[in-house]
Amino acid sequence: MLGRTLREVSAALKQGQITPTELCQKCLSLIKKTKFLNAYITVSEEVALKQAEESEKRYKNGQSLGDLDGIPIAVKDNFSTSGIETTCASNMLKGYIPPYNATVVQKLLDQGALLMGKTNLDEFAMGSGSTDGVFGPVKNPWSYSKQYREKRKQNPHSKNEDSDWLITGGSSGGSAAAVSAFTCYAALGSDTGGSTRNPAAHCGLVGFKPSYGLVSRHGLIPLVNSMDVPGILTRCVDDAAIVLGALAGPDPRDSTTVHDPINKPFMLPSLADVSKLCIGIPKEYLVPELSSEVQSLWSKAADLFESEGAKVIEVSLPHTSYSIVCYHVLCTSEVASNMARFDGLQYGHRCDIDVSTEAMYAATRREGFNDVVRGRILSGNYFLLKENYENYFVKAQKVRRLIANDFVNVFNSGVDVLLTPTTLSEAVPYLEFIKEDNRTRSSQDDIFTQAVNMAGLPAVSIPVALSNQGLPIGLQFIGRAFCDQQLLTVAKWFEKQVEFPVIQLQELMDDCSAVLENEKLASVSLKQ
Amino acid sequence: MWSRLVWLGLRAPLGVRQGFTSKADPQGSGRITAEVIEHLERLALVDFGSREAVARLEKAIAFADRLRAVDTDGVEPMESVLEDRRLYLRSDNVVEGNCADELLQNSHRVVEEYFVAPPGNISLPKLDEKEPFLHS
Repeated sequence: MLGRTLREVSAALKQGQITPTELCQKCLSLIKKTKFLNAYITVSEEVALKQAEESEKRYKNGQSLGDLDGIPIAVKDNFSTSGIETTCASNMLKGYIPPYNATVVQKLLDQGALLMGKTNLDEFAMGSGSTDGVFGPVKNPWSYSKQYREKRKQNPHSKNEDSDWLITGGSSGGSAAAVSAFTCYAALGSDTGGSTRNPAAHCGLVGFKPSYGLVSRHGLIPLVNSMDVPGILTRCVDDAAIVLGALAGPDPRDSTTVHDPINKPFMLPSLADVSKLCIGIPKEYLVPELSSEVQSLWSKAADLFESEGAKVIEVSLPHTSYSIVCYHVLCTSEVASNMARFDGLQYGHRCDIDVSTEAMYAATRREGFNDVVRGRILSGNYFLLKENYENYFVKAQKVRRLIANDFVNVFNSGVDVLLTPTTLSEAVPYLEFIKEDNRTRSSQDDIFTQAVNMAGLPAVSIPVALSNQGLPIGLQFIGRAFCDQQLLTVAKWFEKQVEFPVIQLQELMDDCSAVLENEKLASVSLKQ
Repeated sequence: MWSRLVWLGLRAPLGVRQGFTSKADPQGSGRITAEVIEHLERLALVDFGSREAVARLEKAIAFADRLRAVDTDGVEPMESVLEDRRLYLRSDNVVEGNCADELLQNSHRVVEEYFVAPPGNISLPKLDEKEPFLHS
C-alpha cells in the first residue's frame, strides 16, 4: 500500500480497502524504521492520528473531502505549522511554535491530508545538499537500495557500507527522503534556486516548481522574496498535479499571488502524441562539468521526442553563464534583508546579554545562525552598501532582466517546453560533498535550476534512469509562465515512456514486500 | 540524431569556458579593510568570527565581479517577474487580529503586553575597544 500512487491510495480509501488510521499507522511505523535517514525533524504523531480519525469519520459518512483526504504528507520545516515546532533547521528558531498555518499547509489540511511531520533541510534552506542544518544531514534512501548496493558489491574498492552514504541534494532533502522512502505520498518543499528539483533528481522523484505567483508564499519563511516558491515532491507526475490543484490559487495574504482564473481541478490529459510539440535544447547548458551519463540521457530523451514526431531544436539562452553570479548577488542581498527580522525580541532564540539592544541582537544572531547563513548575510550587506549598490545589486537586477528575456525570446520563437539536465551528476557521497564549502557547492549544483527561479517559470524534474552505479538521474522540463498544466502534461507523457524503476528498499518493507517487488509506477492500473 | 549533442560538445571551446566553479576565482584582493569589516558587522549585527569568513567574503565578491562583463546599457533593473501585472488590492476591512496573547507567547521576555528589550541608543563597542580577533 505504501508504494502506491496518491490516486491509487485515494481510490483504496474510498472503497474501504484500508482506513486512514491504518494508513497513518503504517507510515508512522515506517518513519520510525527509517529514522536513520534523518529525514524528519518533528514527527507529529498525535496530530496525524487525530486527523486520521476525523478522516475516517468522513469516509464512513460518505463525505470525503477529495483526493487528498486521509493521505499522509510531510512538510518542509520552513513552512509555519500552527502548534508544531518550526525550526528551519536553525538554532535561531529552535523551540519556535508558530501560531498559524502557512496557506499551503492550511489548504492541504482543509483537503483532509494527514500531516506526518516536518522534514529536515539545510539551515534556512541555504544549501544544495541538506547537510548544513543543526539537526544533521539527511541520508539518501538510495544509499540503502538494492540497486545501489548490488553495484557496489561488484566494485572491489568499496569500503565499509555505512560510511559511504549519499546526500539527498538540497535544500528540501528531508522532504525528498521522506517521499522516496515511502513514509508519505507527497511532501512540500521550497524552491528558490532549485531546492525542490535538485533533491528530486537525486532521490528519483518528481520535483515540481510552480510558476512564481501561482502558489501562495504566506507562511513560508522567506529566503528570497522575488524567487521563492513552494515546491511539490511526489513519486509520479499525476500526484504532483493533484497536490498542485489543491494549492494553486490567489491568496489575499500574499500580494504576489496572481488573481487570474486557473482551470481547476488539475486533471492532466493523457497526451496521445507529441507531434505538435516543439522541444528546445539550450546549448549553453552543455557544460564541461556535466557527467557523461547525464549528457547521454539528455541526448536520448531528445531523440525520444524526435522519434515520436516532436520538433526538437537547439535554442540559445545567451546569458546563462552569468545567471549563477546574478543569482548569488540577488540571493545574498535579499537574504541580508530577510534575516534582519531575527533579533530575538519577538520570537526565536534570545541570548542572555542585556547590556544594550545592539549587543543583544548581535549575540543572539551569532548564536542562532550558522556560518553559511552569516556568510550570506555579510555578503548581502556588502553588495547593498551605498558605494556598491549600483555596481552589484542594481547591476544584478539588470542582468536578471536579460536572463528573463532570454527565456521569453525562446518561448516566443515557438518552443513549448525546454529540456535540460537537472543536476551535473548523480548523488555523491557525503564525505565527498563536504570537501567544498557551501557557497562553492551551491554555485556548482544550482547551474541548471536557478535561472528558472530568476525568470519565475514553472519547471519539473522527472527521474529518467539509473546511473551505472544504480543511482537516479533526472532531467528537467521548463515551461512558459503559468502554463504549468501544459508542462505537467508533457512531463507525464515522458514519464510514461521512460518507466523509471521503483526503489527497492526490501529490508525496510516487511509489510508490503509483495506489492513493491514487481510494480512499475507507470504500468499500475487504477481500480475504480 | 545522437550526433547532435556530440557536435555541440565539440563546439564548446574547452579551456576557454571558465566553468561554473569558483576554482578560477582569484584570492582576496585585500579590499576588505578593517573599516569595512567593522561597518558590515555593525550593519548586519552579525560578526565575521574568523579569518576564514573574511576570506569567504572576498571570494564571494570576486565571484560577483564577473557581472561587470555583461553589457547592461539601456536595460532597466527587474524587481519582480510579475512587474507587468496590477497588484491586487483588497478592501480596507479588518478581518482578523486580536491575537496579542498568541503573539506574546513566542517571546522570551514579556511584561504584560509588552516585549521587553534592553536599553537602546548604546552603540556596539568600536573595533579597537573590544577583543579584536584579527589582531590576535
